[in-house]
Amino acid sequence: MPAVKVENISKSYGKTVALDGVSFEVEQGELFGIIGPDGAGKTSLFRILATLILADEGTVTVEGFDVVKDYKELRKRIGYMPGRFSLYQDLSVEENLQFFAAVFGTTIRENYHLVGDIYKFLVPFRKRKAGKLSGGMKQKLALCCALIHKPDILYLDEPTTGVDPVSRKEFWEMLKKLQRDGITIIVSTPYMDEANMCDRIALIKGGRFIGIETPENIRRSFSVPLWAVRSGQMHRLLNDVRAFSGVKNCYAFGETHHFTTGEGFDRDKLWSYLEGLGHTSLWLEPAEATIEDCYMQLAKM
Amino acid sequence: MREFGAFVKKEFFHILRDKRTMLIVLVMPVVLIILFGFALSTEVRNVNIGILAPSPDPMVRQIADKLDASEYFTVTQWLNTPDDIHAAMKADEVQMVVAFGQNFSGGLLSPDGSQLQMVVDASDANMAQSYTSYASGIIAAYGSEMTAMGQDTGILSQVQFLYNPQMKSAYNFVPGIMGLIMMLICAMMTSISIVREKEMGTMEVLLVSPVRPIYIVVSKMVPYFVLSCINLATILLLSVFVLGVPVAGSLAALWLVSLIYIIANLSLGLLISTMAQQQVIALMFSGLLLMMPTMLLSGMVFPIESMPWPLRGISCILPARWYVAAVRKLMIQGLPMIYAWKEIVILASMAVVLIGTSLKKLNNRLE
Amino acid sequence: MEREIVIHVEELTKQFGNFTAVDHISFDVVKGEVFGFLGANGAGKTTAMRMLCGLSRPTSGTGTVAGYDITRQYEAIKKNIGYMSQKFSLYEDLKVWENIRLYAGIYGMKDTEIARKTDELLERLNFARERNTMVKSLPLGWKQKLAFSVSIFHDPAIVFLDEPTGGVDPYTRRQFWEMIYEAADRGITVFVTTHYMDEAEYCDRVSIMVDGRIDALGTPRELKERFCARSMEEVFQGLARKASRAD
Repeated sequence: MPAVKVENISKSYGKTVALDGVSFEVEQGELFGIIGPDGAGKTSLFRILATLILADEGTVTVEGFDVVKDYKELRKRIGYMPGRFSLYQDLSVEENLQFFAAVFGTTIRENYHLVGDIYKFLVPFRKRKAGKLSGGMKQKLALCCALIHKPDILYLDEPTTGVDPVSRKEFWEMLKKLQRDGITIIVSTPYMDEANMCDRIALIKGGRFIGIETPENIRRSFSVPLWAVRSGQMHRLLNDVRAFSGVKNCYAFGETHHFTTGEGFDRDKLWSYLEGLGHTSLWLEPAEATIEDCYMQLAKM
Repeated sequence: MREFGAFVKKEFFHILRDKRTMLIVLVMPVVLIILFGFALSTEVRNVNIGILAPSPDPMVRQIADKLDASEYFTVTQWLNTPDDIHAAMKADEVQMVVAFGQNFSGGLLSPDGSQLQMVVDASDANMAQSYTSYASGIIAAYGSEMTAMGQDTGILSQVQFLYNPQMKSAYNFVPGIMGLIMMLICAMMTSISIVREKEMGTMEVLLVSPVRPIYIVVSKMVPYFVLSCINLATILLLSVFVLGVPVAGSLAALWLVSLIYIIANLSLGLLISTMAQQQVIALMFSGLLLMMPTMLLSGMVFPIESMPWPLRGISCILPARWYVAAVRKLMIQGLPMIYAWKEIVILASMAVVLIGTSLKKLNNRLE
Repeated sequence: MEREIVIHVEELTKQFGNFTAVDHISFDVVKGEVFGFLGANGAGKTTAMRMLCGLSRPTSGTGTVAGYDITRQYEAIKKNIGYMSQKFSLYEDLKVWENIRLYAGIYGMKDTEIARKTDELLERLNFARERNTMVKSLPLGWKQKLAFSVSIFHDPAIVFLDEPTGGVDPYTRRQFWEMIYEAADRGITVFVTTHYMDEAEYCDRVSIMVDGRIDALGTPRELKERFCARSMEEVFQGLARKASRAD
């Protein structure tokens, strides 16, 4: 039995279409990523999976329960961290966790083994009010609160937005550990480097899934030649490369620019063309596509 | 049940930690009582008056002494001619002048009678009314004294104030303040605190939990229910011991009707919270749509009898109107509970309807 | 060629009680530079940025922004800078052109100039169709682009960007950075904070704050060489993990 089975769901708010015929399955114990721009329908999807809103069309079963009919049974099994979830600012770390434990009819002690690895970071600030924690700490506490009742499945809606790279990395290490404990996780993120940590990812755009694959396969499916280029004049380089014939798509990519090419592209001609334009310390190599390149390719379409 | 306990505990944390709100809630009734009781009093006290008596005979002097001796008036000036009246009024030296006719005491015994005129600064119409009725009362009392002593002084009107013999305004505003404060705390604060959870995104998490939504909202009501009871007790203690307004009727009956009123308002707060998505909206709802009409139309400031019919109609749907009326009967007039049956029945049915509607609107999903 | 220095900070410090949020930081930023201001949550970035914008008085130290003293001439600073943050961008219930007009008006621009520049801007952004659209119905990426354009509409000497691309997808982020480049090419200095380490690579120079101090400052390449790291991500992880301040 798949952990989540979504069949052809649609959801509209007035004229705005949030989800448009989405279908997918998530396996037991899978770490499933949903990647897409703001407004692509991620939050609506999470809310439908969490029994919070009803889809206009289609069916969803989670852990074998229907999200409409069996929502009461399902709510005991779901852990959910909404996008703008902010905890109770005026309660201390400990009180927040105690409260959420009680809400799900359990205690911190009973399920400490589940959250212990994360909570240990928070123990020194046990008495501090949640409102006084930094972004990274808040995320950790929110994750503890979503886990305290030993859910079978965890939904995380952009848990790392606005969190610094160090805390993000720690956060993902925790998710990996939870996955090893057998919890199914569905997570959305705007960070492409995080997508690589997922077993499979779904790219969502305009309410539709435009591909569900393992990160590996998504990268492999990148079908056009990709190059990386660097020079001493990076700002100017972007437009100069774009103007060259045979270059389809050029964008900044970390310390280099990436570009895709089509028919009639000649590496040596580009080199001399760029030199002619006065670019210094030139560097030009074929590049491996990353998830981000795939996203750029899809977003262009 | 343990879940419910955790919720209530959390709500108390919220309230107890929000020191500023807590202070406002606890101090507000005290301030209102003191404000209305002393500063904004409509009572007549030590008002400066003048006496115009062209021929100050003994009877005029006696009346003037009576007026002066009362706690309401102080005779500060003796005037000689009618022209002086205007001068004294313009200089704001006196608020009222009691003008006696020529040969006042002699005239009393004659068939024509004698003349007495009260000239009053009516720029504050309500106060002017009070001055004249107080003064008439004193003069009338003097008249009946004379009659009792065998002196016929002709017919003087007689006024008697029932239930509130000293015409204390406190008797009027104490029920009003009770109605207002409990509405503010129960309806406004409950609704804001529920809507806050929506704004913070915590409501989403609570809804996804197995806890029944009714627990979430009822637990919100508990602390405000407790706060309202504390406030009710404060107001009653203040009004008895500071303002000297006694609880004339049964205290139990008073509490009963107050509890019904509190429950009606808590459900009203819940109803508002199911409609509003933002704290600002909840505040507008309860502030403008509840508080203003309650202050103006429930009879706490302006008498309902003198309102035009549309406003009277609106006042009928305000729980505060019925509550204030019931408190007047039970607390001020000291009537047995049976006399307030109509108000109690109306309040109770309002409470039932409000609870019913708000629970029906309470959704176990987000939309 | 010696380039004009537009931000000059010396030993800038801000204390809140016993807590030193910003601890004696010094740096210069030159005209037309894209300066990345990095640090973990709670490292003191926002506090430092507020002092530079003239919103907060330093406890000690000195600084000039666009030639004005940050402790005394903060009114003049405000006229000469632009500011945009992820949290506050535009009025959701105003139309696109109304937002532009409002901000231009705040900076005292003339009506004819506003009209001309508005047309120009909408044309350049390919936005002319959306002129009368309510801002709230625009996608987040567009809002961010518009907000940035508005923040430099009055041609400030420096624009401060506080996590301008938070939560924005990679495609839109790149479009945003191209706008940053254009602004820099026009001579506007860009002072930007971000949590995306690939964006750190796009900056001319980067500073990394740890526990209120600037622990590293240089071009991305220099920093990578100095810390023997392959990417800015590694540089950052290496530095920020040393942080002792418990957030």
